[in-house]
Amino acid sequence: MAVCIAVIAKENYPLYIRSVPSQNELKFHYTVHTSLDVVEEKVSAVGKSLADQRELYLGLLYPTEDYKVYGYVTNSKVKFVIVVDSSNTSLRDNEIRSMFRKLHNSFTDVMCNPFYNPGDPIQSKAFNGIVSGMMVQTG
Amino acid sequence: MESLTLSDVEQKYYSELFVYCDTDNTKKVASNGRVLDLFRAAQLPSEVVLQITELCGATRLGHFGRSQFYIALKLIAIAQSGLPLRVESLNSVKDLPLPRFVVGKNEAEARHAALYQDADSQGLYPAPGTALIPRPPGRGHQNKKGPPSSTSLPAHEVIQPLAPSIEAQPEPTSPVISPHQSPPTSPHSWRKHKRQHSGGNADRQQVVAATGAVWTQFREPQTGPVTGDGMWSSHSPPPPLPPSQESWVSFTADTPPSSTLPAMHPSSVQESTTIRTVASAATTNEIQRQSSGYDDPWKITDEQRQYYINQFKTIQPDLTGLIPGSAAKEFFTKSKLPILELSHIWELSDFDKDGALTLDEFCAAFHLVVARKNGYDLPEKLPESLMPKLIDLDDSAEVPEPAAEVGYSASPVEVTPNKSPSMPSLNQAWPEMNQSNEDTAIVHPVPIRMTPSKIHMQEMELKRTGSDHNHPTSPLLAKPPELSEETKLPPSMKFVAANTVGDGYSSSDSFTSDQEPITRQRSQSGASPDALKAVAPPPPPPRPQQSHSRSSSLDMNRTFAAPAAPGQPQPSAIAFPPAVPPRPLPTQSSVPLTGHRVEAEGVPAGGAGLTTTSPQQIPQQPNFADFSQFQAFAASEQPSSLPDIDKHSEAGQADKISEGAGPLRAVKSDGPADERTSATVNSAKGSSGPLAPPPKPVRRRLKSEDELRPEDEQIGPQKAGAIAAPLTSQPSIPRSIGKDKKAIQASIRRNKETNTVLARLNSELQQQLKDLLEERISLEVQLEQLRPFSHL
Repeated sequence: MAVCIAVIAKENYPLYIRSVPSQNELKFHYTVHTSLDVVEEKVSAVGKSLADQRELYLGLLYPTEDYKVYGYVTNSKVKFVIVVDSSNTSLRDNEIRSMFRKLHNSFTDVMCNPFYNPGDPIQSKAFNGIVSGMMVQTG
Repeated sequence: MESLTLSDVEQKYYSELFVYCDTDNTKKVASNGRVLDLFRAAQLPSEVVLQITELCGATRLGHFGRSQFYIALKLIAIAQSGLPLRVESLNSVKDLPLPRFVVGKNEAEARHAALYQDADSQGLYPAPGTALIPRPPGRGHQNKKGPPSSTSLPAHEVIQPLAPSIEAQPEPTSPVISPHQSPPTSPHSWRKHKRQHSGGNADRQQVVAATGAVWTQFREPQTGPVTGDGMWSSHSPPPPLPPSQESWVSFTADTPPSSTLPAMHPSSVQESTTIRTVASAATTNEIQRQSSGYDDPWKITDEQRQYYINQFKTIQPDLTGLIPGSAAKEFFTKSKLPILELSHIWELSDFDKDGALTLDEFCAAFHLVVARKNGYDLPEKLPESLMPKLIDLDDSAEVPEPAAEVGYSASPVEVTPNKSPSMPSLNQAWPEMNQSNEDTAIVHPVPIRMTPSKIHMQEMELKRTGSDHNHPTSPLLAKPPELSEETKLPPSMKFVAANTVGDGYSSSDSFTSDQEPITRQRSQSGASPDALKAVAPPPPPPRPQQSHSRSSSLDMNRTFAAPAAPGQPQPSAIAFPPAVPPRPLPTQSSVPLTGHRVEAEGVPAGGAGLTTTSPQQIPQQPNFADFSQFQAFAASEQPSSLPDIDKHSEAGQADKISEGAGPLRAVKSDGPADERTSATVNSAKGSSGPLAPPPKPVRRRLKSEDELRPEDEQIGPQKAGAIAAPLTSQPSIPRSIGKDKKAIQASIRRNKETNTVLARLNSELQQQLKDLLEERISLEVQLEQLRPFSHL
């Protein structure tokens, strides 16, 4: 039930951000932006040398009003942020994890594409497809 | 620009062309490939083209705006009709035929053209190239209409303003209806392909029409199967089409044109930069296709495939190898397609997402590029026929639908298209894997820390299912190299199983989803806990990695393998160095050695008395000299104990030396004589120092010196005692006793050596065990921590 999905590069600029268009997208942009602070906080807190799946998944970053923000960071410090609408039945943690995993996989696929320059906005149709799937499924 | 008045027909036609050329949708067309190709296709001499370009003002502006483009087209028409190029003539020439362009490059045009049905004789949309598509019957009539076209047809389809004769094709759905209207005579160059694209979009069938004949370049008888065909669907009652089209197999006429195509092909092949050169004798294929009743717009014909393979070779001579992403990028960039499209093509064709292209993937990519250049829109999903698969592209060998295409090799060899990626398949894979693994020469089961990487590998294979089927030979062959970088999992580990998460896979979602991060293992080292957990459910496959895995310590393999295999030899070998120089003769041998050396350097070991005799003895028995040095060395360790003894025995040493040599040699039968020699050499060279040091380092080579030392020292005293005995006693008696003692002591020493080695092995194993236990504990902890989450 993602309402907004964003991929943020290491330098904290967005590589990809997409929201359910019905809502005010700017609001989500802002939310994602503020969530970056929380991400940084969590990332620095973790600090272990081991980077296992659990640490990649940051969990609920913070809940607000009627939505929750989840975060995920990769080993290369690329961050995925999912904003979920709280009005929907809250998703299980596993589901969120699986969403992140899918995102990560598609992101890796995008990276593997030699025609993609890291740092460019992501324009891959496949990636878009996956994201749409995730957003649509949340209805 | 001069005002340009265009007739309706012209207007439409030009706008079509403009749209065709306006790939960037910027409403102005730079002098990009399409425009140039289009102009080239007009078959005008290049200077004329240049002139036209100039006239229309493009050179001034640097690009073709819409008006410039139109002007250019009009000028082309003028030039083609033989009139001199004049700006004034733009508007003055009446009844100018539409510009003719050879061979449709442009599928889109055809589609667009189909939209416009023009009864105007001139206006008939010749939509370049594929215009024929919508108007198959028109083509036929085209022959009647345009003599030039008919003549040129054999060579290639010339798009001409077709007399609308059939144009009666009333509606945009022309092709559909045309069959009924136009008698089958039409299909002169018409080629109809009955399509059963898996997409099942009958709409496309219309397009199929004359495509084949039309395209000299892009020999695909099919039209953009997927995407753009939304347009088709808008117009055309599919139902009537198939049956009618069926009747249209008029290939015979096609053969002539097609026969010329291959001729053209080679020439076009020359240009490696433009990828449009995909000529192919589509006829036979088409015929086949028709007969087989299956038609796939994306099928690669044999000629095309051959061409692709040749291109592949230019980049990667090994047909089973991979083309790295960067090389592929350069190659495809030459096609001058926009990067975004190339990126999309890459996404479609790199099936296993490894950043490199196998031969099949490369062919698919190339094919897509060609298609795109010819105006086909890229599909959203890789068409079946382009999916890498084991079987050669053949109608008969159609691969099952993508969904079911869990192509994978249950066994490392066969490819059993397993339609149901389920656990059973996994299970199948296991036993086979076992068997194959047994083949690997595993010395003995060694606990290797391999789980994480191996599981990753498995997961990766699982994820790659869809593509696995693919790699015909190349992947299987290419796999090992790929594997080597990741894990040494044998290809048999491809469990096919559920490829993508989306598949209705029997295994649990968590399982599949867990696999995904693992599949990314190549990019991230993490996910190991999940990987391990994820794999927990299925029975852990046998450990093939005894050979090698990224996480396994090679040292261990070697360490365990080595000692295990050689076993005794090593210890015994090791035993040698410290060996055995029969202690009883340390003084005997040492004396002579030290004899000539002592004088030089006051060696502690020997007495000086034997100088005269010793030199003689030594040269006579060079081998013995080694030993004696060794013994001297050994003896030197106990300088305190021996010196007096040595001195005492000085006199008797000479005799005993020779005898000592014998037993010495016997005792040290297999001794690393080289060590001795080296010891000798060392001592010889390093004569400066006492004899003792040189041999010592040599001896210690195989073993830790510490261990040796105590041994030596332990043995030393014994030897000293032994030595003393023989020395003091009669020569004969000491000899026999000495031999026994030597043997015993030698064996004792050997055993001690063995003990040391085994002790070392033991310690290493203990270390490994500790590591594994640690790992296990950490995994258990993680499991515990995660368990509550799983219940959420």
